[in-house]
Amino acid sequence: MIEVMYFAWVRERIGIPRETVETNAKTVAELVEELRAREERYDVAFSDLSALRVAIDQDLTEFSASLEGAREVAFFPPMTGG
Amino acid sequence: MDIRVQGSPFDAGAELNAFTNKAQGAGAIVSFSGIVRDTAAGDLEKMVIEHYPGMTERAITTIAEEAQGRWNLADVLVIHRFGELSANDPIMMVATASRHRKAAFEAAEFLMDFLKSRAPFWKKEITGKDAVWVESKDHDEDALKRW
Repeated sequence: MIEVMYFAWVRERIGIPRETVETNAKTVAELVEELRAREERYDVAFSDLSALRVAIDQDLTEFSASLEGAREVAFFPPMTGG
Repeated sequence: MDIRVQGSPFDAGAELNAFTNKAQGAGAIVSFSGIVRDTAAGDLEKMVIEHYPGMTERAITTIAEEAQGRWNLADVLVIHRFGELSANDPIMMVATASRHRKAAFEAAEFLMDFLKSRAPFWKKEITGKDAVWVESKDHDEDALKRW
């Protein structure tokens, strides 16, 4: 079980800020494919991965990263702080 | 080192004075304040800043620790707000203290470059007409390469 979180327009497009996901995905990319297959709102949100960033357990990482031991995965657009 | 992520407003002048008083013997202090910019049309109703609680503090601390080590800073301050802000409100500030000015200036720029694209904040501009997420700029990402 992984806690999946969405921020900014990803959250708006998917419609929820977080959810617990039961998954056997080995990598972030596999998790994304599972989510996209669920419903159109996920498919739309994840249609262009170059427009998204991902963090595992609050550290920025790549979509190819392993989910082994991951508790929390967050998807969001490029950050606009400062 | 003082890192604060908060919803409430802050007084940049008072913060800078307190930081200066604390950094005895530093010799050089540089500060930067980021202010909510109105739209070109001047119709900004509010800016909403979303963040990722937990990761935000962690990311800023990592960036500040790197700056502190790299420029041997006497002290670092980072304050960043989230929530609803209006045009001309202070969004954030950084201050750096070091023995000489070059380190303080460089470290402040380094902090700002990394806070812009590595700290998990997202800005949304709400006007009378619409609500738009501010997009990141390619030059923000490019700015990291010089460090």
